[in-house]
Amino acid sequence: MCLGVPGKVIEVAGNIATVDFWGVRRQVQLDVIDEPVVPGDYILNHVGFAIRRIPESEIGETLALYEQLIKQAEQDDLMAEDVRSEIAASRDDPRAGH
Amino acid sequence: MTRVPDTDRDQALSELKFRDPVRARALVEALGRRVAELGRTPVSVMHVCGSHEQAIARFGLRSTFPRGLNVIMGPGCPVCITDTPEVDEGVVLARQGVHIATYGDMVRVPGTSMSLADAQAEGAKIHVIYSATQAVELARSTSDQVVFFATGFETTAVATAAVALGGLPPNLSILSAHKYIPPVMEIVAEMPETRVEGFLAAGHAATITGSAVFEPFVARHGLPVVVAGFEPLDILAGLVKLLELIRDRTPQVVNMFPRCVTRDGNRRAQEQLWKVFRPTGGRWRGIAHVPNGNLRLRDEFRSIDARRRFTIDLASLWDHAPSALAQSCICGDIMAGLSLPTDCTLFGQECTPEKPVGACMVSNEGACKIWHQYGGHPDLGGET
Amino acid sequence: MIRRGFVDDKIGLKYGAGGRAMRALIERVCLAGIGPAPVDGIGLAAMDDGAALRVGDKWLVITTDSHVVHPIVFPGGDIGRLAVSGTVNDLAVMGATEPLALTCAIIMEEGFARTDLERIYVSIREACQEAGATIVTGDTKVMGRGEIDGIVLNTAGVAFCDRVVPDAGLKPGDLLILTGTIGDHGMAIMAARHKLALEGDLRSDVAPINGLVRAALAAGGLDVVAMKDPTRGGVSSALHEMAEKSGVGIIVEEMKVPVRTQVRAACDLLGIDPLVVANEGKALIGVRAVAAERVLAAIRRHPLGSDAAIIGRCIEQHVGAVILDTGLGRRMLAEPEGELLPRIC
Repeated sequence: MCLGVPGKVIEVAGNIATVDFWGVRRQVQLDVIDEPVVPGDYILNHVGFAIRRIPESEIGETLALYEQLIKQAEQDDLMAEDVRSEIAASRDDPRAGH
Repeated sequence: MTRVPDTDRDQALSELKFRDPVRARALVEALGRRVAELGRTPVSVMHVCGSHEQAIARFGLRSTFPRGLNVIMGPGCPVCITDTPEVDEGVVLARQGVHIATYGDMVRVPGTSMSLADAQAEGAKIHVIYSATQAVELARSTSDQVVFFATGFETTAVATAAVALGGLPPNLSILSAHKYIPPVMEIVAEMPETRVEGFLAAGHAATITGSAVFEPFVARHGLPVVVAGFEPLDILAGLVKLLELIRDRTPQVVNMFPRCVTRDGNRRAQEQLWKVFRPTGGRWRGIAHVPNGNLRLRDEFRSIDARRRFTIDLASLWDHAPSALAQSCICGDIMAGLSLPTDCTLFGQECTPEKPVGACMVSNEGACKIWHQYGGHPDLGGET
Repeated sequence: MIRRGFVDDKIGLKYGAGGRAMRALIERVCLAGIGPAPVDGIGLAAMDDGAALRVGDKWLVITTDSHVVHPIVFPGGDIGRLAVSGTVNDLAVMGATEPLALTCAIIMEEGFARTDLERIYVSIREACQEAGATIVTGDTKVMGRGEIDGIVLNTAGVAFCDRVVPDAGLKPGDLLILTGTIGDHGMAIMAARHKLALEGDLRSDVAPINGLVRAALAAGGLDVVAMKDPTRGGVSSALHEMAEKSGVGIIVEEMKVPVRTQVRAACDLLGIDPLVVANEGKALIGVRAVAAERVLAAIRRHPLGSDAAIIGRCIEQHVGAVILDTGLGRRMLAEPEGELLPRIC
């Protein structure tokens, strides 16, 4: 099955778009897409129908989303590290008790 | 927010592919930390999409998941959950001389006594298509009756609906075996044995239905749902987010696939879908009754409904007793996420892709097929 | 011999697909029927790309193929070119890179166009010239309309060589060289069948590669230990056979495998793994690690080998299995049941 693959629109003729999937072109139906589509747009193809126009701005945002997740996880780890070293320090300090 | 370097963006833009190994490794580490934070293992989450399992398996992601994380494949393979009587309907029609057009996976799913492929070996005309419009082309090329045996979840049903609304040649009708995913998540969430703490939802289905469709589910069950795409980074990031929600005990729907999914989804596609199909209860193979889990053609479309155009008598197929092997098949448990393919005594022995006993071994999105094909066991690290 | 599955009562399409079902058929029906056929050399039971018989101090290598590809003309070639290349390449990957003679038998359907036949013979001649091969004998039959589909060719080839390179010679530590991009032939055929309405520059790689293999052998000598051409079932099938027969495991680095952008795009669209798609102008060459760079350089200097790469290595564990390192994780590479498409070659 041609499942959910993104491609770039080369040409639009009525209901049918010619889409380039990085080297191979295929015709894709536009019957179910909910926005107008022009050459240069990216669309998501599913079994021969375009189901969504992919806004270019989303690409950068998606990458940024991942970066944020990664950074956050690293920060949490640093925090955990701080807490751990505090605990270790207090263990060494005879005045700290338990 | 960090600035994304231009070359990365161009690369991603030029391929729309999120497969960068460096980021993947960072996300895997993040995943490990999240699991450690939870302080209890195993943590079980479920995805309900064969394409997610395909992507996970294809890129070898299971070998990178932290040991304490259980990513279960739920009943997300539309072909695998197509029940035997539905396959039989296609077989009966095929043996009557009707051309059957269907997506490739369906052809080898075992029915009561045979699959469509078996029928083909006996002379039936079975055509593998890659797009619903090809069924129309096929019908135009012959004067014989053609039936489009339509399988797949709601994303694929949208294509069938579009074709139906476009008007079919008089010799073409539709046998709908389409399924609808949200109802089965309810069933899994309600299973007493379930340990699932969160769901990864299929990005493509959500492109159509919108992420809002999961909000009632989250409210009812208090389980978080993350909508994720299908690239390796999408899946890893989706899992990280899901574990965060589990850790913070914040049951929400989070959309991690904003490039394709919005809260409302594709209204135009939804309208077409529900104009043509109605949800109805039905049996999913191995899971018993799923209320509203099947999509059938509405009455207004009875003239193109294969079930009305033809009399489909399944009794003719019931000469053979169900095989003894079928009794040992645990596809149902596998699809509900209760067992692994490797738990099945038949896996890889009597049941292989060449000689499948259960539907999970047939479809490209079936857990057993994927595990058999890609070697499900994740212990491929430290060998040499 | 590894036990394989059973054979159905009716021989379905999968038995001609070059995969496990076909091997089961050969073992359980053909070999069993023909009976023990011992030869001084590599015979039927080895199920290698061809047979090798000792004649004096040399080896006589023989191979035969039938060609049923559909359509008979496709981007990059036709059934004639395929027939010659297929046989020349089978000889070459056994180590016999100088074909002595080829046969060519044809069976045509009544009504077959003479111009098509002429075109096929032009392709045969061109391919023979490229390979330095000669057709010395053949056979011609015509069957009634509808009794056969278009045309079927059978070619056999014979050649002498000093050393036979089987597909079973790998040891742990050996490296695997792939001589160029994969998936070209299979995707070209798929596109040509119009089922997918894919437009793009998808052309078959069909070509005789005996010159290329000769260069590899000249550079590597005895350090070239195994060879196979990845036709039906693609690189995956070929590597599985090599691993099983050699008694090793193989790890493949997916990111090193050369695939043309268009082929990858077509494969992505259809959910097909390029590693299981048929090739008709490529070879997998197993070399001792010490010789790998030298052999690779020699292959790359040849016009048909410019995209060659070392794609994998042999290990002691996981005997008979092929592991894929995807760059993001690892998985087992499944042995395909056979070819995805009927009538690929």
